[in-house]
Amino acid sequence: MGGRQDPELLRRLLRAKDRMDAASHEDWPVRRLASISFVSEAHFARSFKQAFGVPPHRYLLTRRIERAKALLRDTDWPITDIAFQTGWKSLGTFGRTFRDVTGEQPGENRQRTRAAAHDLGPVPSCIVSAAHRPDLITSVLEKQRRIRGDIKNS
Amino acid sequence: MRQGVGVVGLYVRDQDEALAFYVGKLGFRVHTDVRNGSYRWLTVQHPDQPSFQLGLFVPGPPMLDADTAQTMRAMVAKGAMPPLVWHVDDCRGAYAGLLEAGVEFTQEPVDRYGNVDAGFRDPSGNGWKMIQASGRSH
Repeated sequence: MGGRQDPELLRRLLRAKDRMDAASHEDWPVRRLASISFVSEAHFARSFKQAFGVPPHRYLLTRRIERAKALLRDTDWPITDIAFQTGWKSLGTFGRTFRDVTGEQPGENRQRTRAAAHDLGPVPSCIVSAAHRPDLITSVLEKQRRIRGDIKNS
Repeated sequence: MRQGVGVVGLYVRDQDEALAFYVGKLGFRVHTDVRNGSYRWLTVQHPDQPSFQLGLFVPGPPMLDADTAQTMRAMVAKGAMPPLVWHVDDCRGAYAGLLEAGVEFTQEPVDRYGNVDAGFRDPSGNGWKMIQASGRSH
Protein backbone atom coordinates (compact mmCIF):
# COMPACT_ATOMS: atom_id res chain seq x y z
CA MET A 1 0.00 0.00 0.00
CA GLY A 2 2.95 2.38 0.42
CA GLY A 3 3.02 5.23 2.91
CA ARG A 4 0.24 7.28 4.42
CA GLN A 5 -1.32 9.73 1.98
CA ASP A 6 -1.52 13.44 2.69
CA PRO A 7 -5.13 14.52 3.46
CA GLU A 8 -4.74 17.58 1.24
CA LEU A 9 -3.83 15.33 -1.68
CA LEU A 10 -6.72 12.98 -0.87
CA ARG A 11 -9.17 15.89 -0.87
CA ARG A 12 -8.01 16.82 -4.39
CA LEU A 13 -8.19 13.21 -5.56
CA LEU A 14 -11.73 13.04 -4.18
CA ARG A 15 -12.60 16.06 -6.33
CA ALA A 16 -11.50 14.19 -9.45
CA LYS A 17 -13.50 11.13 -8.37
CA ASP A 18 -16.57 13.31 -7.75
CA ARG A 19 -16.24 14.81 -11.20
CA MET A 20 -16.20 11.34 -12.77
CA ASP A 21 -19.27 10.39 -10.72
CA ALA A 22 -21.13 13.48 -11.89
CA ALA A 23 -20.38 12.92 -15.58
CA SER A 24 -19.28 9.31 -16.06
CA HIS A 25 -20.45 9.40 -19.71
CA GLU A 26 -17.71 11.91 -20.54
CA ASP A 27 -14.15 11.06 -21.50
CA TRP A 28 -11.78 11.17 -18.55
CA PRO A 29 -8.21 10.90 -19.76
CA VAL A 30 -5.67 10.89 -16.93
CA ARG A 31 -4.49 14.32 -18.07
CA ARG A 32 -7.91 15.79 -17.35
CA LEU A 33 -8.20 14.08 -13.95
CA ALA A 34 -4.65 14.99 -12.95
CA SER A 35 -5.29 18.65 -13.67
CA ILE A 36 -8.35 18.62 -11.36
CA SER A 37 -6.18 17.16 -8.59
CA PHE A 38 -3.20 19.42 -9.33
CA VAL A 39 -0.75 16.53 -9.67
CA SER A 40 1.28 15.00 -12.49
CA GLU A 41 -0.34 12.28 -14.60
CA ALA A 42 1.98 9.57 -13.27
CA HIS A 43 1.41 10.69 -9.70
CA PHE A 44 -2.37 10.83 -10.23
CA ALA A 45 -2.85 7.24 -11.41
CA ARG A 46 -0.73 5.84 -8.60
CA SER A 47 -2.25 8.03 -5.88
CA PHE A 48 -5.83 7.40 -7.01
CA LYS A 49 -5.38 3.65 -6.87
CA GLN A 50 -3.79 3.88 -3.46
CA ALA A 51 -6.62 6.07 -2.16
CA PHE A 52 -9.64 4.34 -3.67
CA GLY A 53 -8.45 0.81 -4.33
CA VAL A 54 -8.92 0.79 -8.11
CA PRO A 55 -7.18 2.57 -10.99
CA PRO A 56 -9.10 5.64 -12.22
CA HIS A 57 -10.07 4.06 -15.53
CA ARG A 58 -11.45 0.96 -13.83
CA TYR A 59 -13.39 3.15 -11.43
CA LEU A 60 -14.94 5.03 -14.35
CA LEU A 61 -15.99 1.79 -16.07
CA THR A 62 -17.73 0.48 -12.94
CA ARG A 63 -19.60 3.78 -12.56
CA ARG A 64 -20.74 3.58 -16.18
CA ILE A 65 -21.93 0.02 -15.68
CA GLU A 66 -23.84 1.05 -12.57
CA ARG A 67 -25.61 3.76 -14.55
CA ALA A 68 -26.31 1.36 -17.40
CA LYS A 69 -27.84 -1.12 -14.97
CA ALA A 70 -30.14 1.56 -13.58
CA LEU A 71 -31.21 2.57 -17.10
CA LEU A 72 -31.79 -1.06 -18.11
CA ARG A 73 -33.99 -1.50 -15.08
CA ASP A 74 -35.82 1.84 -15.06
CA THR A 75 -36.26 2.74 -18.73
CA ASP A 76 -37.40 1.10 -21.94
CA TRP A 77 -34.50 2.54 -23.92
CA PRO A 78 -32.88 0.21 -26.44
CA ILE A 79 -29.60 -1.26 -25.22
CA THR A 80 -27.70 0.58 -27.97
CA ASP A 81 -29.01 3.92 -26.69
CA ILE A 82 -28.05 3.03 -23.13
CA ALA A 83 -24.54 2.11 -24.27
CA PHE A 84 -24.02 5.47 -25.96
CA GLN A 85 -25.75 7.44 -23.18
CA THR A 86 -23.42 5.94 -20.58
CA GLY A 87 -20.27 6.82 -22.48
CA TRP A 88 -19.34 3.88 -24.70
CA LYS A 89 -18.34 4.43 -28.27
CA SER A 90 -19.20 0.91 -29.38
CA LEU A 91 -21.87 -1.57 -28.44
CA GLY A 92 -19.28 -4.36 -28.46
CA THR A 93 -17.09 -2.72 -25.82
CA PHE A 94 -20.14 -1.98 -23.70
CA GLY A 95 -21.37 -5.59 -23.84
CA ARG A 96 -17.95 -7.01 -23.09
CA THR A 97 -17.29 -4.69 -20.14
CA PHE A 98 -20.81 -5.22 -18.81
CA ARG A 99 -20.26 -8.96 -18.86
CA ASP A 100 -16.84 -8.64 -17.20
CA VAL A 101 -18.22 -6.57 -14.35
CA THR A 102 -21.64 -8.16 -13.78
CA GLY A 103 -21.28 -11.67 -15.21
CA GLU A 104 -24.37 -11.11 -17.37
CA GLN A 105 -25.30 -9.75 -20.77
CA PRO A 106 -27.12 -6.38 -20.60
CA GLY A 107 -30.34 -7.99 -21.91
CA GLU A 108 -30.21 -10.77 -19.33
CA ASN A 109 -29.66 -8.23 -16.59
CA ARG A 110 -32.65 -6.21 -17.75
CA GLN A 111 -34.96 -9.22 -17.76
CA ARG A 112 -33.83 -10.50 -14.38
CA THR A 113 -33.92 -7.17 -12.50
CA ARG A 114 -37.33 -6.33 -13.95
CA ALA A 115 -38.73 -9.69 -12.91
CA ALA A 116 -37.29 -9.09 -9.43
CA ALA A 117 -38.69 -5.53 -9.30
CA HIS A 118 -42.12 -6.97 -10.07
CA ASP A 119 -41.98 -9.10 -6.93
CA LEU A 120 -41.21 -6.08 -4.75
CA GLY A 121 -44.74 -4.74 -5.32
CA PRO A 122 -45.79 -2.43 -2.49
CA VAL A 123 -42.31 -1.57 -1.14
CA PRO A 124 -41.79 2.22 -1.44
CA SER A 125 -39.58 3.19 -4.35
CA CYS A 126 -36.99 4.89 -2.14
CA ILE A 127 -36.45 1.59 -0.32
CA VAL A 128 -36.28 -0.30 -3.59
CA SER A 129 -33.57 2.01 -4.84
CA ALA A 130 -31.62 1.62 -1.61
CA ALA A 131 -31.94 -2.15 -1.86
CA HIS A 132 -30.47 -2.08 -5.34
CA ARG A 133 -27.51 0.02 -4.29
CA PRO A 134 -24.97 -2.63 -3.20
CA ASP A 135 -24.31 -3.51 -6.81
CA LEU A 136 -20.97 -5.09 -6.17
CA ILE A 137 -22.41 -7.66 -3.77
CA THR A 138 -25.24 -8.47 -6.12
CA SER A 139 -22.90 -9.13 -8.99
CA VAL A 140 -20.57 -11.24 -6.87
CA LEU A 141 -23.49 -13.38 -5.70
CA GLU A 142 -24.69 -13.55 -9.24
CA LYS A 143 -21.36 -14.81 -10.40
CA GLN A 144 -21.33 -17.47 -7.68
CA ARG A 145 -24.78 -18.61 -8.67
CA ARG A 146 -23.69 -18.82 -12.28
CA ILE A 147 -20.71 -20.90 -11.27
CA ARG A 148 -23.02 -23.26 -9.40
CA GLY A 149 -25.07 -23.44 -12.58
CA ASP A 150 -28.48 -22.87 -11.02
CA ILE A 151 -29.22 -19.65 -12.89
CA LYS A 152 -30.59 -21.38 -15.99
CA ASN A 153 -34.13 -21.54 -14.73
CA SER A 154 -34.33 -17.80 -13.86
CA MET B 1 -35.63 18.41 29.10
CA ARG B 2 -36.96 16.33 26.24
CA GLN B 3 -35.27 13.12 25.26
CA GLY B 4 -33.54 12.50 21.95
CA VAL B 5 -30.38 13.15 19.98
CA GLY B 6 -28.83 16.50 20.85
CA VAL B 7 -25.46 16.62 19.11
CA VAL B 8 -23.98 14.72 16.20
CA GLY B 9 -20.42 15.58 15.32
CA LEU B 10 -18.55 15.80 12.05
CA TYR B 11 -14.82 15.67 11.67
CA VAL B 12 -13.49 18.69 9.81
CA ARG B 13 -9.94 19.60 8.84
CA ASP B 14 -10.12 23.16 10.17
CA GLN B 15 -12.74 24.60 12.51
CA ASP B 16 -12.48 28.20 11.28
CA GLU B 17 -12.94 27.03 7.71
CA ALA B 18 -15.88 24.81 8.74
CA LEU B 19 -17.46 27.68 10.65
CA ALA B 20 -17.19 29.96 7.63
CA PHE B 21 -18.82 27.24 5.51
CA TYR B 22 -21.66 26.09 7.77
CA VAL B 23 -22.52 29.54 9.11
CA GLY B 24 -21.39 31.82 6.30
CA LYS B 25 -22.65 29.73 3.39
CA LEU B 26 -25.25 27.23 4.63
CA GLY B 27 -26.90 29.63 7.07
CA PHE B 28 -26.44 27.70 10.31
CA ARG B 29 -25.68 29.70 13.45
CA VAL B 30 -23.16 29.09 16.19
CA HIS B 31 -24.59 27.33 19.23
CA THR B 32 -21.45 26.78 21.32
CA ASP B 33 -17.87 27.79 20.70
CA VAL B 34 -15.65 27.22 23.73
CA ARG B 35 -11.99 26.39 24.15
CA ASN B 36 -9.92 24.58 26.68
CA GLY B 37 -6.28 25.02 25.74
CA SER B 38 -5.96 23.85 22.15
CA TYR B 39 -9.26 21.94 22.31
CA ARG B 40 -12.28 23.67 20.84
CA TRP B 41 -15.87 22.50 21.27
CA LEU B 42 -17.76 24.01 18.37
CA THR B 43 -21.37 23.28 17.49
CA VAL B 44 -23.73 24.94 15.04
CA GLN B 45 -27.45 24.80 14.68
CA HIS B 46 -29.99 25.11 11.93
CA PRO B 47 -32.27 28.11 12.64
CA ASP B 48 -35.39 25.91 12.27
CA GLN B 49 -34.08 23.12 14.47
CA PRO B 50 -33.25 24.43 17.94
CA SER B 51 -33.08 21.00 19.60
CA PHE B 52 -30.25 19.70 17.41
CA GLN B 53 -26.62 20.71 17.20
CA LEU B 54 -24.12 19.75 14.55
CA GLY B 55 -20.65 19.48 16.05
CA LEU B 56 -17.65 20.55 13.99
CA PHE B 57 -14.67 18.82 15.52
CA VAL B 58 -11.06 18.36 14.54
CA PRO B 59 -9.74 14.84 15.03
CA GLY B 60 -6.90 15.12 17.53
CA PRO B 61 -5.92 15.21 21.18
CA PRO B 62 -7.20 14.68 23.80
CA MET B 63 -9.73 12.34 22.14
CA LEU B 64 -7.39 10.77 19.57
CA ASP B 65 -3.72 9.98 19.43
CA ALA B 66 -1.72 11.55 16.61
CA ASP B 67 -1.73 8.43 14.44
CA THR B 68 -5.47 7.84 14.72
CA ALA B 69 -6.12 11.54 14.11
CA GLN B 70 -4.11 11.40 10.90
CA THR B 71 -6.12 8.35 9.78
CA MET B 72 -9.39 10.16 10.46
CA ARG B 73 -8.25 13.24 8.55
CA ALA B 74 -7.46 10.98 5.59
CA MET B 75 -10.87 9.26 5.81
CA VAL B 76 -12.68 12.61 5.77
CA ALA B 77 -10.54 13.91 2.91
CA LYS B 78 -11.26 10.90 0.71
CA GLY B 79 -15.00 11.13 1.33
CA ALA B 80 -15.23 7.93 3.36
CA MET B 81 -17.40 9.33 6.15
CA PRO B 82 -21.12 8.44 6.38
CA PRO B 83 -23.70 10.31 4.32
CA LEU B 84 -25.40 13.44 5.64
CA VAL B 85 -28.84 14.63 4.62
CA TRP B 86 -30.15 18.17 4.71
CA HIS B 87 -33.87 18.77 4.10
CA VAL B 88 -34.84 21.91 2.22
CA ASP B 89 -38.13 23.34 0.94
CA ASP B 90 -36.72 24.28 -2.46
CA CYS B 91 -33.77 22.26 -3.67
CA ARG B 92 -33.27 24.12 -6.94
CA GLY B 93 -33.47 27.51 -5.26
CA ALA B 94 -31.02 26.48 -2.55
CA TYR B 95 -28.72 25.01 -5.19
CA ALA B 96 -28.62 28.26 -7.15
CA GLY B 97 -27.83 30.29 -4.04
CA LEU B 98 -25.16 27.93 -2.71
CA LEU B 99 -23.52 27.53 -6.10
CA GLU B 100 -23.28 31.30 -6.28
CA ALA B 101 -21.67 31.27 -2.82
CA GLY B 102 -19.01 28.90 -4.11
CA VAL B 103 -20.23 25.62 -2.59
CA GLU B 104 -18.67 22.57 -4.26
CA PHE B 105 -21.56 20.59 -5.71
CA THR B 106 -21.07 16.95 -6.65
CA GLN B 107 -24.52 16.56 -8.19
CA GLU B 108 -26.95 19.02 -9.71
CA PRO B 109 -30.60 18.85 -8.61
CA VAL B 110 -32.31 15.73 -9.98
CA ASP B 111 -35.95 14.63 -9.75
CA ARG B 112 -36.20 11.21 -8.19
CA TYR B 113 -39.36 9.48 -7.09
CA GLY B 114 -41.10 12.82 -6.58
CA ASN B 115 -38.23 14.27 -4.52
CA VAL B 116 -35.56 16.63 -5.76
CA ASP B 117 -32.03 16.02 -4.53
CA ALA B 118 -28.60 17.52 -5.06
CA GLY B 119 -25.20 16.70 -3.59
CA PHE B 120 -22.37 18.84 -2.25
CA ARG B 121 -19.30 18.55 -0.08
CA ASP B 122 -18.03 20.70 2.74
CA PRO B 123 -14.44 21.93 2.40
CA SER B 124 -13.16 18.96 4.42
CA GLY B 125 -14.78 16.36 2.17
CA ASN B 126 -17.95 15.46 4.10
CA GLY B 127 -20.69 14.68 1.59
CA TRP B 128 -24.21 16.07 1.91
CA LYS B 129 -27.41 15.20 0.10
CA MET B 130 -29.77 18.14 -0.08
CA ILE B 131 -33.30 16.82 -0.42
CA GLN B 132 -36.61 18.46 -1.13
CA ALA B 133 -39.08 15.81 -0.05
CA SER B 134 -42.34 15.32 -1.90
CA GLY B 135 -44.30 15.58 1.34
CA ARG B 136 -45.27 11.96 1.65
CA SER B 137 -41.81 10.44 1.98
CA HIS B 138 -40.63 8.61 5.13
